[in-house]
Amino acid sequence: MEIFWSIVLVSMLTMFILLDGADMGAGIIHLFVAENEDEKQRIIRAIGPFWDGNEVWLIAAGGVMFFAFPTLYASAFSGFYLPLIMVLWLLIFRAIGLEFRNLVANDLWKTAWDKAFGLASLLLTVFLGAALGNVVRGVNLGGVENGLARHGAVYFFNPLWNDSFSPLSSQPGILDWFTVILGVVAAVTLTIHGAHWIIFKTDSPLNARLKKLVVRLNMVLTFLIVLSLVAWLFVRPSAMDNYFNHPWLWIFPLLMLFALILMFRVPSFKKDHSPFAVSSLFIASAFGSTVAALFPNLLPGTNSHFPSLTIYNAAAEPYGLQVGLVWWLIALVLVIAYFFYLHKVFGGKMDDVHYH
Amino acid sequence: MEDLILYHRLQFAFTISFHYLFPQLTMGLSALIVWFKWRYIRTGDELYNRSSLFWAKIFAVNFVLGVVTGIPMEFQFGTNWAKFSELTGNVIGQTLAMEGMFSFFLESTFLGLFLFAEKKMSKKLHFLMALMVFTGTQASGLFIIATHSWMQHPVGYEILENGKYVLNNFAALFYNSWLWPSYLHNQMASMVTSAFVMTGVGAFYMLNKKNRDFAGLFIKTGVVAGVISSTLVIVPFGDMLAQQVATHQPVTLSAMEGLFKTQEGAPMVLIGQPNMQTRSIDNKIEVPYALSLLTYKRWNAHVKGLDAYDENLWPTNVPALYYAYHMMVGLGTLFLALMGLSVFFLWKKKLFEKRWILWALLLAIPFPYIANLAGWYTAELGRQPWLVYGLMRMVDGVSATVSAGNTLFTLLGFIGLYFLLGVLFLLLVGKVIKEGPAPLKA
Repeated sequence: MEIFWSIVLVSMLTMFILLDGADMGAGIIHLFVAENEDEKQRIIRAIGPFWDGNEVWLIAAGGVMFFAFPTLYASAFSGFYLPLIMVLWLLIFRAIGLEFRNLVANDLWKTAWDKAFGLASLLLTVFLGAALGNVVRGVNLGGVENGLARHGAVYFFNPLWNDSFSPLSSQPGILDWFTVILGVVAAVTLTIHGAHWIIFKTDSPLNARLKKLVVRLNMVLTFLIVLSLVAWLFVRPSAMDNYFNHPWLWIFPLLMLFALILMFRVPSFKKDHSPFAVSSLFIASAFGSTVAALFPNLLPGTNSHFPSLTIYNAAAEPYGLQVGLVWWLIALVLVIAYFFYLHKVFGGKMDDVHYH
Repeated sequence: MEDLILYHRLQFAFTISFHYLFPQLTMGLSALIVWFKWRYIRTGDELYNRSSLFWAKIFAVNFVLGVVTGIPMEFQFGTNWAKFSELTGNVIGQTLAMEGMFSFFLESTFLGLFLFAEKKMSKKLHFLMALMVFTGTQASGLFIIATHSWMQHPVGYEILENGKYVLNNFAALFYNSWLWPSYLHNQMASMVTSAFVMTGVGAFYMLNKKNRDFAGLFIKTGVVAGVISSTLVIVPFGDMLAQQVATHQPVTLSAMEGLFKTQEGAPMVLIGQPNMQTRSIDNKIEVPYALSLLTYKRWNAHVKGLDAYDENLWPTNVPALYYAYHMMVGLGTLFLALMGLSVFFLWKKKLFEKRWILWALLLAIPFPYIANLAGWYTAELGRQPWLVYGLMRMVDGVSATVSAGNTLFTLLGFIGLYFLLGVLFLLLVGKVIKEGPAPLKA
């Protein structure tokens, strides 16, 4: 049961990153690459009817975490207090930037909300990457200092950063050089992914430029991936244990490598949805590789006093997980139906859809 | 520790109060939009379609703000009330997760379709989109109030040795006796808000002699919805909820009513200020025997006052609870009177000429918002000092690892950001109202 719900949680988070990650990436493209009102407007149309539903994957994943792994929910949400609240603020700016820009026909107004939308999108991707970095690196559960615990066994509190900026310090911050690297990886990955979404959903003159841009970004990404792997092994030498014990897990990194190679061939793809499919595969397998390395940990502890939070010790009791299965499956069928209907109505290019 | 709890509480109170300005409109307004779409199918009159599209614009601005201020509510269970989440997540995690899975996907998907795909759809299909949005908003309210009801009147759980509350009966969450009275009371209250807003905008156009066709329709629809919902919110649903409070939280009822002394034939205080030093109401105006009659349906029934309970069990802030409750009840009564009068003039076909009543309807717009918030404060202050009534105190649920300084920082951030949102909201809704509905072709 715990394994099932952990797969559910990871899948829902993956859906969020794949779908809303593309919206954030599109926001970054909107900020840095789009040159005129027409290009900006087309990007907004390409994500307009979708972003809200995509964001729901985050909210729903949060709900599932709350009910299936209440201890993790309590521990992680209070421990990562400051960055989470800031994510909320950024989500607010992203949403109102997108929704309010076209409500007043004034260039200054539009410019202001465009910046809010783009910058919030960029910072959100960095925060998402850094969040993953914090989970991979682990936290000081119990707030142990000089052998004494300051909090309960499952609680901790991370400041935004500390003076050493090192992931190896006993009280690491949210941002250290390791989590910052992962933040940049996420920003670059989602920029590419967002560009692929725009290529998929629009017929903009921007697309030709984007196809050239993504190849250059792929080179940056390849370098960053190697860098982050080395950094990861340095920070957590045990990261490869699962891979040696269960060799079938190598399928995730292999898929990721395969997708990365394909991403270099994006300019020669005939179908406009193929690039998006390839970067989706890349993101899903990269996330899968990370989770495979962590399993069964949900939030590793960095001291020897308290055990890591795992899918077993953070899970809810069996009865709740079983009833949850019934309603969750019903809801999933509905969600899939809505999703297909939405994408059937708004299938293909979005350039002509009237958005505000 | 006291500062810490104060900031955590203030942040939740502030963010939830601001958040609830938006869903209370969207829940009721979605029903009125469905009604217009329905009339459009039946009559083919473009007036109804234009009206539904006009209100959909206002709905959309409210919806976006409802979404972006709603996500912080879910997060804050974990960020600010971690101990509470850890101990009760087995139970309330269910209803909160269900809200995400069942309502948010529904609302967000179909609102996108309703707003942007009208031209791709038949009349009936577009009506269906509106109906799906309505269903989503109602479901969302249901799951939240199911969660709220469990905190007011916990059912279907057992407590393990490690202090965790564990669900043992899922269905009990939904036939909780507290749930349906509060849900229906709340949904009617949100309809009151929507009815007043629609009427008020209609009155604004009528007084300005603009968009007369639309003004007439908005006022008519608004006052009829208003008189029905202002009645139902009191009888039977408000009364049914009061019975729940009387049964399960009698000390809360005494505090709400400002009844310090146990007595037979208890009076109902209409106006007055609770004086916690003298344990009495200053400057009071009261209706003799009314409280006994309303609570127990007998004029001389014995009603327990606050003096019948240990002071430890009293709601933490008796005067605030008393004022919240009296504001809700007082305003609710005025709403019924104003809407009743308006319907009377509508029936006499004189409403559109009575400028003074149109003015009253216009100026009334903010008050249902105040009454709705006052109602929620009554429920929440009435539950204090408990988080889970009778079982877990508020001080035991807080995130102890998040320092007072950090919480104050985020509280200030929320205040600043929400101030900006409030200004933008007024600006944008004002603009939509000023532009008015798309005019009918002559």
